[in-house]
Amino acid sequence: MRNFLLLLSLPALMGLIFWAYRENYSTQAEVGQLRDLQTEVGQLKESLGVLNAEWAYLNRPDRLRGLADINFARLGLLPLTPEQFGEVAQVSYPVAQTPGLAPDGTGTTIAALEAAP
Amino acid sequence: MIRTPLRPLARILSARAKGENPDVIERENLRLRHEEIRDQARSKAEGRLLLVGMAFILGFGAVGVRMGVMAAAEPSEPQSSYAGPAIAAQRADIVDRQGRILATNLVTHALYAQPKMMIDPAGAAEKLAKIFPDLNADQLKKDFTGSRKFLWIKKKISPEQMQQVHEIGDPGLLFGPREMRLYPNGALAAHVLGGAAFGREGVDSAEVIGTAGVEKTFDTWLRDPANGGAPLQLSLDLTVQSTIEDVLDGGMKLMNAKGAAAVLMDVHTGEVIALASLPDFDPNDRPAPLVSGNPSDSPLFNRVVQGVYELGSTYKLFALSQALDLGLVTPTTVVDTQSPLVWGKFRIHDFHNYGPRNTVTDVIVKSSNIGTAHIAQMIGGDRQQTFLKSLGLFAPTPIELVEAPTGKPLLPKKWSDLSTLTVSYGHGISDSPLHLAAAYASIVNGGTRVSPTILKTSKVQQGARVISEKTSATVRGILRQVVVRGTASFGDVPGYSVAGKTGTADKPMPRGGYYKDKVIATFASFFPSYDPKYVLIVTLDEPVEASGTEPRRTAGWTSVPVAAEIIRRVGPLLGLRPEVEPAPDPTLTLATN
Repeated sequence: MRNFLLLLSLPALMGLIFWAYRENYSTQAEVGQLRDLQTEVGQLKESLGVLNAEWAYLNRPDRLRGLADINFARLGLLPLTPEQFGEVAQVSYPVAQTPGLAPDGTGTTIAALEAAP
Repeated sequence: MIRTPLRPLARILSARAKGENPDVIERENLRLRHEEIRDQARSKAEGRLLLVGMAFILGFGAVGVRMGVMAAAEPSEPQSSYAGPAIAAQRADIVDRQGRILATNLVTHALYAQPKMMIDPAGAAEKLAKIFPDLNADQLKKDFTGSRKFLWIKKKISPEQMQQVHEIGDPGLLFGPREMRLYPNGALAAHVLGGAAFGREGVDSAEVIGTAGVEKTFDTWLRDPANGGAPLQLSLDLTVQSTIEDVLDGGMKLMNAKGAAAVLMDVHTGEVIALASLPDFDPNDRPAPLVSGNPSDSPLFNRVVQGVYELGSTYKLFALSQALDLGLVTPTTVVDTQSPLVWGKFRIHDFHNYGPRNTVTDVIVKSSNIGTAHIAQMIGGDRQQTFLKSLGLFAPTPIELVEAPTGKPLLPKKWSDLSTLTVSYGHGISDSPLHLAAAYASIVNGGTRVSPTILKTSKVQQGARVISEKTSATVRGILRQVVVRGTASFGDVPGYSVAGKTGTADKPMPRGGYYKDKVIATFASFFPSYDPKYVLIVTLDEPVEASGTEPRRTAGWTSVPVAAEIIRRVGPLLGLRPEVEPAPDPTLTLATN
């Protein structure tokens, strides 16, 4: 019996040694990968910081104001003024089409409706 | 094992034949056998002891060696743990109330030289001087060929410059990584941000420390890795700040002023939405402080926080609200405004003669010094001081800027009866525009004390009560009249119901007395008047409006139009919808039980 147990423990020991050996190396590989990823995260964060800084620099109010002035002919941008606030009632919603007005299915334009007496 | 018999027959027989006792032989043999057993046991025990000893030595030796290794090894971070903050920048960003960047970091490099490692010091010096025109080739040559082992050449260089230095190809020219502070908006909010500079410098990194403004106030916080890279969020709004600086700059030039200051503050939370002081500077390239002359002439000087001025008639609000709150007067009480008011050797004049008698409302609307002085007389010096103190006008503002404690109010050395009169219309007491903003906010927000803050918060301040809610409403109505039909008639912005009080104070001369042609013109305003949300203070230093036949210096002609333009531009940016002012209902009067 004792000899049998001894005989059994030997392969078990070898199995465990093999397992520990493999775990050790796979852990080291994971740690290495983690280190690479952390380096990459660091680099990405750094470039994100640069991009954010660049975004803030390109969108600084002075520059945007200058660009709006240069492109005034095309864009017609002016500073926001109180007069630009409006009421919902001032919005001209398209008139709902009634089936009777357009039997041919082409529909009636809003302009035609407004022109009608 | 061959066992030796205890009674070997041959010896026994021969002993018997000789007539000896054979038991002696047995005893002798037994003794020998016992000795042998003893020796064996001893050597076995010794072997075991040795084994145990070895095991102990090995065990303790392993512990000892491990301890030694741990003590002598370079400390390193655990690699497998989460490493978020470790990667974060060494100094946190500063953002505005909507998260837009006001200050951030940029990775760059510093250039240093180790002349002992150089191959061609003279040539390298020549080439460096070509890349950096501000360097002197001869000086560099002297440094490189002399006895120095190490020298810094440039603290910050751009990637292009770095490439050019690489192309020189000298192994003695080396780069150290640097994190530099960048203010992408340039001079915007320069006085709030302050600036940063390198502290202790090493080859691998350099400390970035704040030199002024919030950068210095929150220096420890910004550098604390425990925050995990969270940005510092200020109450400033980038667009509003930019608009105010833009309009104020235009106004300052138009009014020929030498300086200007504006502060926009939320009346309920005390948040400073914009703080502008002109002339300003670029915090990316902070100028050196003045070594001679008046420090207030430097662009570094923060006129809103550090500049204490006699703010003139804007102080009339304090006498008015206190007298109303104490029940000494009502808006319709008639007070004496006979000019001049003689007090001992002093004569107090008004800008114009407003007639012998006026109602309290008209005293404020027309800005009569004499009328206000009479109201202050009713209040008395002690109560006046207590009230002004409760508004925070006697101590530096608690705003989180490192410069705040230097904005110490100047008070009369001895509070005489004359002081009571002059202080009531804003002479003989100097406060900063920020003091005025906080005091106005405290009075118009319903009457509770507000302290200014530069950090974003959504908490409405529950300060101590300074005046009753009813008085606050009455005062708001009177100040609206100042804009509708009084000294600030240029301040009306349709839809925003601006209310406020002008103040024009002669500048004091350094050796006593006042200049005749130099004033500080202030407009302290709030809007909308029926439900105030924001207080805006605009102060111009030595403005002259020269479009008429004679130069005009009063605030009504100088600060008020600038403030009105600011409100017109900033109102929509603050999300305030222009509204028709609710007309006062003649059948209803505001009453509380």
